[in-house]
Parts: sequence; structure tokens; C-alpha cells
Amino acid sequence: MLQSGDTAFVLVSAALVLLMIPGLALFYGGMVRKKNVLGTIMQSFILISLVTFEWVYLGYSLSFGPDVKGLIGSLAWAGLSGVGATPNPDYAGTVPHLAFAMFQCMFAAITPALITGAVAERLRFGPFLVFSLAWTILVYNPVCHWVWGNGGWLKEMGVLDFAGGIVVHLTCGAAALAAVLAAGPRKDHGRHQIVPHNLPMTLLGTGLLWFGWFGFNAGSALAADGVAAGAFAATHLGGMAGMAVWCLVEWRHRGKPTTLGAASGAVAGLATITPGAGFVSPGWAIGIGMLAGLVCYGAVLVKARLRFDDSLDVVGIHGVGGVLGTLLVGVAASKLVNPAGADGLAFGNPGQLGLQALAVVVVGVFAFVVSWLLLVAIRAVMGLRLAPQAETIGLDLSEHTEAAYGE
Amino acid sequence: MKHIEAVIRPFKLDEVKEKLASIGIKGMTVEEVRGFGRQRGHTEIYRGAEYTVDFVSKVKIELVVEDAMAPALVAAIREAAYTGEVGDGKIFIMDMGDAVRIRTGETGGNAI
Repeated sequence: MLQSGDTAFVLVSAALVLLMIPGLALFYGGMVRKKNVLGTIMQSFILISLVTFEWVYLGYSLSFGPDVKGLIGSLAWAGLSGVGATPNPDYAGTVPHLAFAMFQCMFAAITPALITGAVAERLRFGPFLVFSLAWTILVYNPVCHWVWGNGGWLKEMGVLDFAGGIVVHLTCGAAALAAVLAAGPRKDHGRHQIVPHNLPMTLLGTGLLWFGWFGFNAGSALAADGVAAGAFAATHLGGMAGMAVWCLVEWRHRGKPTTLGAASGAVAGLATITPGAGFVSPGWAIGIGMLAGLVCYGAVLVKARLRFDDSLDVVGIHGVGGVLGTLLVGVAASKLVNPAGADGLAFGNPGQLGLQALAVVVVGVFAFVVSWLLLVAIRAVMGLRLAPQAETIGLDLSEHTEAAYGE
Repeated sequence: MKHIEAVIRPFKLDEVKEKLASIGIKGMTVEEVRGFGRQRGHTEIYRGAEYTVDFVSKVKIELVVEDAMAPALVAAIREAAYTGEVGDGKIFIMDMGDAVRIRTGETGGNAI
């Protein structure tokens, strides 16, 4: 039965998630050098087109279509065939099926965009497009089906992922690690200082991400109800706690709190609360956000120690945040908050933590291995990297014949 | 005293700075500049329209040193800024009248 309130809420939420893509583009764009800002923004922006095409003709059906052995959706809904105004009660019984499909489309589009930060300032545009398309088909769509698709094997086992700790943040984090290893460091990495060219742009992007995240998480309730309000609150509390703790830890450790630290902590908190947003109480949400600020700060330090050129810290923030948040669902989830969820360790059900850990291991390994194989194959056929001279000139001129800042 | 101006590729600045520090240079002034010489500019395209950008981004460094130091300084800049491609830049060497350190009023060699 269609409900106008739920429908309006899901449509607005879908638009909010779309806004996260330009938000992410600015978040990343400010952190790169000014010769690479357009190329970096473009790698997020263009995925709106690329992934939406894929989603309509292939991806939605592979992810959410009629189940094939728990592993993938069939192609029965390819081209959005039969996906219209009538609700699909398997997913959202009170909103048009098409609204659900569009809402999920935005998740599919932002996930490969998140990966690009790990290998910023060095990929050619063509190979990047090939990778993003193949990755969406071979990694995002299957994992999305396992966790969220009707009949997906992890969903059937009882794994919980409210809004994408596994489907979005863990998959992009694992792929980011594979990409850093397959593409190698930037020429200047470790030889010259590479500093952000426009932090106000990054802070603006962070604000847009935070705003959009309400659609991402609260919208995942797929109804304008109490669970949505709980997810809305948890999202905000996770983000604010992550920002506060990152700043405090940085203040203590490096002597001063920084704006990039505030932005990083907010995104870490938001990413980490994502899988649990609709399953945990406000108090737990604050705890999860605080832990995210602390753990992700540490992860970013470890990266520097290991000399990985994960340029914009996708592994340290999204990968680690996704894993941490997914495990903490197994601790903090409560049926009092969401009767459709489960109880976690803290509420007398340690088995849930085991299930969450299983999902982290299986999806983490799957996403890493498939991403790695894809990248190695693309590298062999067409190469991944800019020529050294093009890397010196920057993405903007060499890949797009533009300059971001004119006369 | 000599006043030395070098126009170099922007991405070579770090190498030049490190090289100069290694031969004992204690200060320099750096400026982002644009210009053209034998190196061609590049083409930019906005909504399909082509624009030729004749002026290429360069970095200009300025230093003042004692006469005896100048040949070593020029050699060091050449070595660190060299790629072998057209567009490596130029070094200009001028005689310098005097210099004054604002804080102390020292002049000449003591001021640089």
C-alpha cells in the first residue's frame, strides 16, 4: 500500500544521497594539489552517469532482482523492467518500487567514487572508467545482493548492515587497498611534500557529505517512521563524536587541532555509524562515533608508517570505519531500538558478533581479490597510470585540457 | 655582490632548494611567475572552444651572494633544475650595489 509520507521521504533521501557525490568530489578535490583538482572532482562526478547507466540496464537487477542461489540477482529486472509505481513488499512495501531503485542507484554511484581518493593524482581517465564499470558489476552488485538482496546468502544468515558499512565502506576500502598496491605511489610520494591546495573546499565537501548522510542512513529505513528518526539521530551523533575525538586526539598528539582533522573525524564517525544507524541507541551511537575518531586516527598514522600512498586515506577512514562499524553492530544492536534487527553481544547475543565478523572477512577478501585481479588485468591491457610527464603537469591539463583556476 | 635570478620549472623547486642548502646558501626569495621562451605553451578547451595559453607557469628564485660564491651557485642551480628538455629555464646574474639587514642595519656581505 503506497504511503505518501514514506514516498516523499525516500525520494528526498535519494536526492540527498546524490548530493553526497559532488560533496565527496569537493572533499577530495581540496586535498589534492591544484593541478589535479578538476581531474579528482571528475572521477567522482562522472560516476553519476557511468554507474546510473549500469544500474538501469544491469546493476539494479543483479543486486536486487529475483535471487539465484543466494549469490546474485537474475536479469529479470534489467532495464528496470517491471519496476514502476507499484511497491515491492520484499524491499519497501509503502513506496513505489522505482523510488527504491533510484535510492539504491545513488549508493551504487558513490561507492566507486570513494575508491578514487586512494589513488588520487595518478590514474588515466580511460582505465579509471573501465575499472569503475567492471568493479560495479563484479564487486558492488554481488555484495549488495548478498547483504541486502532478497534471498542474498549473508542476509539469510542474519548479517546486519543498515545503510552500507559492508556494502559501501568495506567494499570501497578493500578495493582502495588493492588499488594502492596495483597502481603504486605517486612519483613525488616520499620525495617531495604533497599538501592540500584548498582546505575550505574540503570542509565544504564534508558539510555536504554530512547533510547527505542523513538521506543515506535515515532514508535506509525506507519509511518516515521511528527507525528513520533513530537512524537520523545516530548518524548525527556518530559524526559529531568522531569529529570531537579526532580533534582531541590530534590536539594531544600533535599539539594543535586541525580543520582537516575535524573533517576526517566527522567522515570517520559517519562512515562507522552507517551499518548500525538503524539498530543502535543514541548512547551507543556516540560511543561508536568516539571509537571511530580514535581508531581511524590511528589507522591513518599506521599508513604513514607503512609508506603506503593511500593518498586521501580511503583505507584508513572508510575501510577501517566500515569494519569497525560492522563489528560494533554485533555488539550494540538492540531489538528494543529496531524489532526488525537483532540483539548484539551487549544484549545477550554473542552470535551476532560472529556473524558480523564472518561478513567482514568474506566481503573484505572477496572485494580485495576481485579488485586486485581487475586492476592487474587493466594494467596489463591498457595501463593504469599517467605518463611521468603528464603526472608532473597534472590531471587537469593532461587528461581534461583545463585549468581549475584561470586569470 | 651578485644578484642572481633563476627562472625554473615549478616542480624542480624542491630539488633546487635542497641543492642550494647543501652548498651553504642560507636564504632565497621565491615567486610564482608566468612567461614564455622557446618552450611552447599549451592548449586548453572550454565547451569545445580552444584556447592557446602562451604563458607557461614557472618559479623565479632570487638570491644575493658574495662574488666568489656566484659560480658555484649557478652551477648548483643548473645541476638541480636540469631535465634536458626545452623549458628548463634561465639564470640571470647581475652586479649588486649594497644590501641592508633591516633589524640590525648591517650592510654589504654581513647583511646577506
